Amino acid sequence: MNELEQKSANYRRKILKYIKLANAGHTGGDLSCIDIINVLYNRVMNISPYNFDKSDRDRYIQSKGHSVEALYVVLADCGFFPEHDLETMCRYQSHYVGHPTRQVYGIEHNTGALGHGLSVSVGMAIAGKMDALDYRVFCLLGDGELVEGSNWEAALAAAHYKLDNLIAIVDYNQLQITGRTRDVCRIDPVLDKFVTFGWAVDSVNGHDVAELTNVLLHGPLESNKPSLILARTIKGKGVSFMENDATWHHRVPTETEYALALQEIDNSTRMD
Amino acid sequence: MKFETGEPNLYVFAQTLLECARKDRDIIVVTSDSRGSGKLTPFGEEVPEQIVEVGIAEQNLVGIAAGLAACGKKVFAVSPASFLTARALEHIKNDVCYSNHPVKLVGISAGVSYGALGATHHSLHDVAALRAMDNIDIVVPADNFEARACVRAAVNHAKPLYIRFGKRPLPHINDQTAQYVIGKATILKDGQDVAFIATGETVHQALDAAYALESDGLTARVLSMHTLAPLDEKAILASARRCRVLITVEEHSVAGGLGEAVAALLLQNSIILPFAIVAIPNNYTTTGSQLEIFNHYGISAVGLKKTAQTLIKQVQRNVT
Ligand SMILES: [Mg+2]
Repeated sequence: MNELEQKSANYRRKILKYIKLANAGHTGGDLSCIDIINVLYNRVMNISPYNFDKSDRDRYIQSKGHSVEALYVVLADCGFFPEHDLETMCRYQSHYVGHPTRQVYGIEHNTGALGHGLSVSVGMAIAGKMDALDYRVFCLLGDGELVEGSNWEAALAAAHYKLDNLIAIVDYNQLQITGRTRDVCRIDPVLDKFVTFGWAVDSVNGHDVAELTNVLLHGPLESNKPSLILARTIKGKGVSFMENDATWHHRVPTETEYALALQEIDNSTRMD
Repeated sequence: MKFETGEPNLYVFAQTLLECARKDRDIIVVTSDSRGSGKLTPFGEEVPEQIVEVGIAEQNLVGIAAGLAACGKKVFAVSPASFLTARALEHIKNDVCYSNHPVKLVGISAGVSYGALGATHHSLHDVAALRAMDNIDIVVPADNFEARACVRAAVNHAKPLYIRFGKRPLPHINDQTAQYVIGKATILKDGQDVAFIATGETVHQALDAAYALESDGLTARVLSMHTLAPLDEKAILASARRCRVLITVEEHSVAGGLGEAVAALLLQNSIILPFAIVAIPNNYTTTGSQLEIFNHYGISAVGLKKTAQTLIKQVQRNVT
């Protein structure tokens, strides 16, 4: 297991720890997108606590705001705030709300209601073009979220303005709170839709940090087009009994489940 | 008293914004196929790099505006008030207000400016909806002077702002040398029998009524309440203490507008006086032009004079 994979395993432990402590959180989605956030913050984006006020920093907008615990543990690890702050998560008067807010250092935009992040990302990407700054804007979307019509307004605008500084990533775990996305309201084929909207697209294994790094690190997929990366993921990834089970959307593990989950994560880090 | 007629606030807004934009390259206008309606065609021709067209997509309009503002742009998001504040309300709430990106939302052809085009195009809910949101100021200019002043003040306004106006030529009712400060009401005329607290394009109707009452031997104070959030509570309370009756006037639903805000303020300060809210009833709005609709609901010199006379009679009954 390489350093980045070790980080992912560690993040998974922490996600579960703080969800358990808060007795709240979006367990399944956090474990689904944590490898993506790991790669973005530790390999791809030009963002740190030291340049967060600089206009040429990269931007990260987490449109699927409910997976905030995954973002919190990565931001803490990157030094945006002390990790022990997360012990207050979701508690009375804590700034660490159950969805991202700018009260927390390192967060660009308040999200939580779905279908908002892509438009805001488009605005940030247009501003970058206007000011000839070479930052990139990364926007993480849920697959269930794609049914919100506002995403498609934003998708049109992104292509119209040839925003090759915009990279949207879909956490494609094919589940949402009610069940399978294809049973709730079919959004497939996602890539074809974005292609017809004028985007450059690619698809990767959303848990393979090397593959993610490779596709995200280097430029847009195509110049003059926004990029859409479909990250094939597993909701609940890393804990066998949480995987591919929509009931873990926002379930908090019991003591026994928590111990079992940690054990599984520990075992996975020892396997190789 | 006869006031000289000026331009529609829409023109003054577009001209003023262009004047500001020539000097400040960070000023960006975002439109949703609304540059024509917003009289922004000259703006687009003269400073094309300072206008972003998003097409007919108000939610996207507000989200993009928030993203631009987050990157330091001074953004004016311009769209008919009805679509801007109803369809895109959640985007205003989360992407602008809650995220605290200081976008200037400009609701054009507000209230019943679209007249006979009907309820789809009327915005009689916008003040109520936005008053209930944290972190947004609401400004409703009453004439060209207020429109020009509020656009200039808006450019560097540090928090989210909603500006709302219509498209009918308006009389010049402000002293052109007056001081304009967002959040501070203007006394356009003073008197001690009747207090009219009016906002936006109804203020001149209140002013006309105030002068008309002079023939009854009554004097009236007229406040232009050009800012609805934050509300100038001091000016309201002072007027209620000075005058015998108080009337609020607005181009908005009676529900959640200026009138209800004033009523709540008065009662919480234990001030009870004959009081009337003159606004658009919260039901199917009659068909007609903006002024015909105003007349229909008593938002006119004649209607407001009558309302004042009725309230004054109440005072006299209470005394005897
Ligand atoms: Mg999903």
